[in-house]
Amino acid sequence: MVAALNAALRDALAGDPRTLVFGEDVGELGGVFRVTEGLQSEFGRERVFNTPIAEAGIAGICVGLAMAGWRPIAEMQFEGFSYPALDQVISHLAKYRERTRGRVGVPAVIRIPSFGGIKGKEHHGESPETYYVHTAGLKVVVPSSPLDAYRLLRLSIDDPDPVIFLEPKSRYWSKETGEPTVDGAGIGRARTVRHGGSCVVIAYGAMVTRCIEAAEVLSAEGIEVSVLDLRSLVPLDVEAIGEAVRATGHAVVVHEAPLTLGMGAEIVARIVEEAFDHLEAPVARVTGPDVPYPPASLEHRYLPSVERISTAVRRVVSY
Amino acid sequence: MTETASADVPTVRLVDHDGAVVGDVDVGLADDDLRELLRLMIRCRRLDRECWALQRQGELTVYPPFEGQEASQVGSAFALGREDFVFPSFRELAAAIVRGVDVVEYLQYHRGTWHGGPYDPIASRFAPICVPVATQIVHAVGWAMGAKLDGIAACSLAYFGDGSASEGDFHEAANMAAVFRVPVVLFCQNNGWAISVPSSEQYAAPIAARAAGYGFPGVRVDGNDVLAVFAVTKQAVERARAGDGPTLIEAMTYRVGSHSTADDASRYRNDAEVEAWRERDPIDRYRTYLLGSGVIDHAFVGACDEEAAAWVAEIRVALTALGEPLASEMFDNAYADPPATLRRQRQALLGDG
Repeated sequence: MVAALNAALRDALAGDPRTLVFGEDVGELGGVFRVTEGLQSEFGRERVFNTPIAEAGIAGICVGLAMAGWRPIAEMQFEGFSYPALDQVISHLAKYRERTRGRVGVPAVIRIPSFGGIKGKEHHGESPETYYVHTAGLKVVVPSSPLDAYRLLRLSIDDPDPVIFLEPKSRYWSKETGEPTVDGAGIGRARTVRHGGSCVVIAYGAMVTRCIEAAEVLSAEGIEVSVLDLRSLVPLDVEAIGEAVRATGHAVVVHEAPLTLGMGAEIVARIVEEAFDHLEAPVARVTGPDVPYPPASLEHRYLPSVERISTAVRRVVSY
Repeated sequence: MTETASADVPTVRLVDHDGAVVGDVDVGLADDDLRELLRLMIRCRRLDRECWALQRQGELTVYPPFEGQEASQVGSAFALGREDFVFPSFRELAAAIVRGVDVVEYLQYHRGTWHGGPYDPIASRFAPICVPVATQIVHAVGWAMGAKLDGIAACSLAYFGDGSASEGDFHEAANMAAVFRVPVVLFCQNNGWAISVPSSEQYAAPIAARAAGYGFPGVRVDGNDVLAVFAVTKQAVERARAGDGPTLIEAMTYRVGSHSTADDASRYRNDAEVEAWRERDPIDRYRTYLLGSGVIDHAFVGACDEEAAAWVAEIRVALTALGEPLASEMFDNAYADPPATLRRQRQALLGDG
């Protein structure tokens, strides 16, 4: 996935001379995850540059650069360090188009390596999506595979609105064969990555792969599970969610973020609106608990596991 | 023990409180421009007082008056060129007037018709009114980065207050401006009070002195001396356009009125202090100077007063004739390409999705 993201940035920089890439350590080092590797030498220090350690500054200059006609692509080093930028993101990036009566939008992408599962130190495994999803004016995109990462990042860069692009760190080293392309569904379309008639499991980011693993286990027991990869949380593909639930009558929502007011709460509410009459069982949520993200040695107990997901599906289909 | 950082920072002053010349008043302005500065300050004050009245009459929601700060805003904005870009906070109506922002559109903000950018920010080179304290300074740095990348000889100017300088965004903006050596002027209007908190509880060393720590010039100026403000800003603008990077200007002025129409300054400061500053009034001082130097006569002052009164009356008529915005506008500009879920909400609320 790192190579796919790198290719997306390279192609965007090559395709539009107004795009800029900046953040902490993104220059010669290529970022702590090497997503920007080689870009500074290829496109120069004016278009790909390090910034001081100043997250509010990094987000805030996106507004001024956009007003001067540039397309900023900023990197926050880790989700746990992105919080100083929230004021700029919430108060300005998200609202600028509205505040200026449509005259000035901020077509920025803020990339944030996010989520857990890499045995990181504290502040390196969190799930910040709800903060952004709850902020009107933003789009929130979460890829789960390398080819999707390429396409969704390209589309995010081209989007006229600010996009928070959450990269699942635990999928950075995942591989996928195929040619990267921007062709295909736009931002806001979910994708069924596995088909099955017993139950739909709805997930995004790194949890998609885990849900597929759980589906394989359940398949051996005769329970065939669909897995729906949301790909973007804003826009949320409620049509796809409704369709999948109507087809199976059973649903489980999976995410790393804590349970309370996580995406699961919104998704279950949408299921009730879209498919109440088709539900054959209450919808289950498999999520992180409402505690701070744990240390490395405990993260396997915190994150939704194949076992927890499988157990939830069994419970739902046998209701 | 090291010396405290509160060592005196010299204050640039060209015309004294009583209108006497104390510096080089040849700041490169023709007599027409010298007269224009007075005319603008008279206009600004007249409108500021009218806005207070409009609020009390229920025609504006909340209004932040700038009386006492006319020289700081007019002098600095007058030093900018057409292509330069202002990033204001929320008390810079005077600067907006100088920049030619549509005043009726601007006042829609205080009328509650729309949020901070009711005028065209790009055409008027005046960013949206910015209430989150100090955040606009970062935007000014971003714009200046863009201007530098484009190779255009223009600068941005960020207005902020003494209280704003305590925010982290001030620091991040100043440091980034220095590191990237971008064409920006950081213009602090030190008006003595951050709502009810006096300067003595806001900082322990002159704000201008911080510039040295970032690696660019800092200058303190008498913010009630319009010629001095113009001169130091002009110098900073030229420095920025020449590629020599940022300048921090600290204009020492005073907010004669309350923080806003919702505030009561008599709860936290005494009349004697306000009176002392009224004696240093920027308009009185400059008028005295111009009369003494023969650039204007009393008839000119009278004409300015009449012209300002007529202008403000027109604004009142236009402003009070404004209707309510359409509810659909809430939805129109939240996104360029709104999510389907938002279209459904619009349909449910307005029936026009």
